[in-house]
Amino acid sequence: MGNWVVNHWFPAVVIAAWLGLNVFLFVYYFLLFDRDKKFYYTRVLLGSALAWARASAKCLNFNSMLILLPVCRNLLSFLRGTCSCCRRTMRKQLDHNLTFHKLVAYTIALFTAVHIIAHLCNFEWYNDSQQATDGSLSSILSNLHQDEESNKWLNPIHSNSTTPAYVTFTTIPGLTGVIITVALILMVTSSMEFIRRSYFEVFWYTHHLFIIYFAGLVIHGIAGLVRGQTAESLNKHNPEHCAQDPTHWGRKNKHSHCEEPEFGSIPAESWQWVLAPIVLYVFERVLRFWRSQQRVVVTKAVVHPSKVLELQMHKKGFSMEVGQYIFINCPSVSCLEWHPFTLTSAPEEDFFSVHIRAAGDWTENLIDTFQQQKPKTPRIEVDGPFGTASEDVFQYEVAMLVGAGIGVTPFASVLKSIWYKFQHADQCLKTKKIYFYWLCRDTGAFAWFNDLLASLEREMEESGKAGFLNCRLFLTGWDNSIAGQAAFNFDKDTDVVTGLKQKTSFGRPMWSNEFSAVATAHPRSVVGVFLCGPQALAKSLQKCCHQYSSLDPRKVKFYFNKENF
Amino acid sequence: MGRIEWAMWANEQALASGLILVTGGTVAVAARFKGWQFAAYAIVAGVFVCLLEYPRGKRKKGSTMERCGQKYLTAVVKVFGPVTRNYYVRAILHAALAVPAGFLLSTILGTACLGIASAIYLLAAIRGEEWNPIEQKPQERPQAGGGTIKQPPTMPPPRPPPETRKKQPAEEAGQENPIPVAIEVGGVGR
Repeated sequence: MGNWVVNHWFPAVVIAAWLGLNVFLFVYYFLLFDRDKKFYYTRVLLGSALAWARASAKCLNFNSMLILLPVCRNLLSFLRGTCSCCRRTMRKQLDHNLTFHKLVAYTIALFTAVHIIAHLCNFEWYNDSQQATDGSLSSILSNLHQDEESNKWLNPIHSNSTTPAYVTFTTIPGLTGVIITVALILMVTSSMEFIRRSYFEVFWYTHHLFIIYFAGLVIHGIAGLVRGQTAESLNKHNPEHCAQDPTHWGRKNKHSHCEEPEFGSIPAESWQWVLAPIVLYVFERVLRFWRSQQRVVVTKAVVHPSKVLELQMHKKGFSMEVGQYIFINCPSVSCLEWHPFTLTSAPEEDFFSVHIRAAGDWTENLIDTFQQQKPKTPRIEVDGPFGTASEDVFQYEVAMLVGAGIGVTPFASVLKSIWYKFQHADQCLKTKKIYFYWLCRDTGAFAWFNDLLASLEREMEESGKAGFLNCRLFLTGWDNSIAGQAAFNFDKDTDVVTGLKQKTSFGRPMWSNEFSAVATAHPRSVVGVFLCGPQALAKSLQKCCHQYSSLDPRKVKFYFNKENF
Repeated sequence: MGRIEWAMWANEQALASGLILVTGGTVAVAARFKGWQFAAYAIVAGVFVCLLEYPRGKRKKGSTMERCGQKYLTAVVKVFGPVTRNYYVRAILHAALAVPAGFLLSTILGTACLGIASAIYLLAAIRGEEWNPIEQKPQERPQAGGGTIKQPPTMPPPRPPPETRKKQPAEEAGQENPIPVAIEVGGVGR
C-alpha cells in the first residue's frame, strides 16, 4: 500500500477530484431541483424524474467540457513544456491523457442513459397530465396559459391528441437529443478496443461525429421546455400554500391571494460549459493543419534490411527533445491518414529522423513509394513533435530503459543524445548510470539499432566511462543453434548475436532479480523506469516498481513511465 | 491496417442496440407507459439480438479477440449454419426486428441503432463477408509463459560445436544436432 502511494498519489488525487466534482454537481443540482420552491409545480407534473434529468444534464455538461481537453495534443505538449518547473509526478500525468479521455467518455455514456431515461418519463408524464380531464392539480397546471401568446405555460405539450414520440421529433430538444445520442452510440461502438485496434479508419472517421454531438449539445437546451415558476410570480403565488386549492386561483377571494402561477424557462447553459474547450480544439486543429502545410525536405531515405525505412528530414523551425514523436502523412499514399512515429534522431543532430517498419498497408505502401526511385521524392507532411515520458530520462540519477521489439525506437534517440552529451561533456547531465534492456524476438529486424549500440559502446570505452551504460539484450525467439553458437563462443570478448561486449541473454529477464540488483547497487537513488512495450510487461514492471521502492524518502525509489501507442 | 471488415463494427453496433432495446423496454414496462406492449416485445427482441450477436465472428486475417465466455454461444449460433453465417439474413432480420419497437418513444433509440446495425451488415454482406465461428485454438504448448530453465543441462561442457554457424532458424537450416541439447525451451515470445 505504502509503495503504491509513492507512484500513484497524484493520479489518485486527480481522479478523486474529478469524481468528487461529478458527485458534487449531481447531488447539488439534484437537491436544488428536488427542493426548490421554483420547481414545485414542475415536480407536481414530473415527480423526481425532473431532478434526475437536470442533475445528469449538469454532469453531462461538465464531462463534455473535459472530454476535448485530453485529445489536444499540441496543448498538452505546450503544458508539458511550460511547467518544466513542476514536479515530474505532475507532468507524468499528461501521458495518461487517453485513459482520462476514455474515463470521461464512459461517464458521458452513463449520464446520457440516466438523462434519457428520466426524460422518457418526463415526456410521458407531461403528455398524461395534458390529456387528463379529471380536474386534478396536474391537469389544471397543464391547462394554464396554454392558449395565450404570453409564453407563461408550464406544460410544453399543448395538444390533447399527441404521442410522446411525435412531440420528441417535432421539438428542438427532442430531435437534437435523439440525433446526438445516436451519434454518441456510433462513436462508442466504433471505438471499442477490438474495432479501434483492427480497423483504425472506422474508429477515426466515425469519431468525427463529435462535431454533430457538440453542435447538438449546444442547441439542445435553447428551447427551454422544462420550466420553473418565475421569481415575480412566486411573490404573488406561494405554491406551498396555494397548491391546496387550485380551483380558486386568480379569482377574487377573501381567504387567499393566489394569482395564477406563471412560468419561465431555464436558460440554456451548455454553450457556457463547452465553448472554451471547443475554441481550444478548433485552435488545435488549425495548428495541425498549418503545420501540415509547412515544407518538409526529405534529405535522405535509407532502406535498411528487413524492410525498415529510415527517413531523415529537415523542417524550418523544428526543434525536438528525446523520446518525442511526430505524426507523418504522405499524400501520395493517403491524404487523410496520419501515423505516429517516434523520432530516432537526437536533438543535437541537424536533422530529424524516423524508422518506419513495414507492418501494414500504409507502411508498406510508403516504403514502396520511396523505393520506386521517382525523379521527385514523395511529399511528406509532419505534425509535431509531441512529448512523452522519456523526455525526462536525464532527470533521474539512474535510468532503467526497457524496450521491447520495435519499442526500442524512443531509446535510440535517448542513447544518441547521451552520446552527444558525452562528447560535449555536458554538465547538466544528471544521469550517473543507465541500464538498457532490450527484449526482442530476433535482432535481424534491428540491425540499424545494433550499429548505434556498438558505436556507443566504443565511444564510452574511449572516454573511459565504460560502466556508464549497461546494455542487456534478451533474445526471446531463439533456438538451439543460436544458443549453441553462444555457448561455443563463450570465451570470446564480443557477443555472437550483436557483436557487443555485453553478452546476450536468452529468454525473458527475471525482473525481480534485475530490480533487486539495481536497488542494491544504488541504495539512495531515484530510479526512473522507462518502458516502450506491451501492456503485460508494463504490469509486471509496475509491480516491481512498487515492490522495490522504499517508503523511506532517502532511500531508493522507482518511478514508472510508459510510452503510449 | 488491412481491409475493413464492416461486420465487426456491425456486430458491436447490433449488440449495443440489443442492450438499448432491453433498457428502453424495461423502463417503459416498469413505468407502464402507454403502449407498453411494444416495450415488452422490445425486451424479447433485445435479448434475442444480444444472444445472436454476442459470439463474435472470426476475422479473415489476423487474430480475433473473443468476448468473455463466448464459446458456449458460438456453438449454439454455429448450429444454424447458413442462416447465421449469411450477413444478408442478419441485415434483413435486424431491420425487421427493429420496426415494431419504433412505435414507442422509449424504444425508438433502439430501433434507430438496430437500423444502423442492419445497414452496416448489409454493407458487409455486399462486400462478401460472412460469419465464421472462432474455433478453439489448438492446445498450447505446455511450456508457455515466461518459464525459467529449471533443470541444468545434463551434458557437461565442453560440448561439441553445432554443425552450422549460420544465423538461421533451425527449420531452415535443417541441421541435426549430433547430441540432443537437453534444455527446455522456455519463455518464447508470443
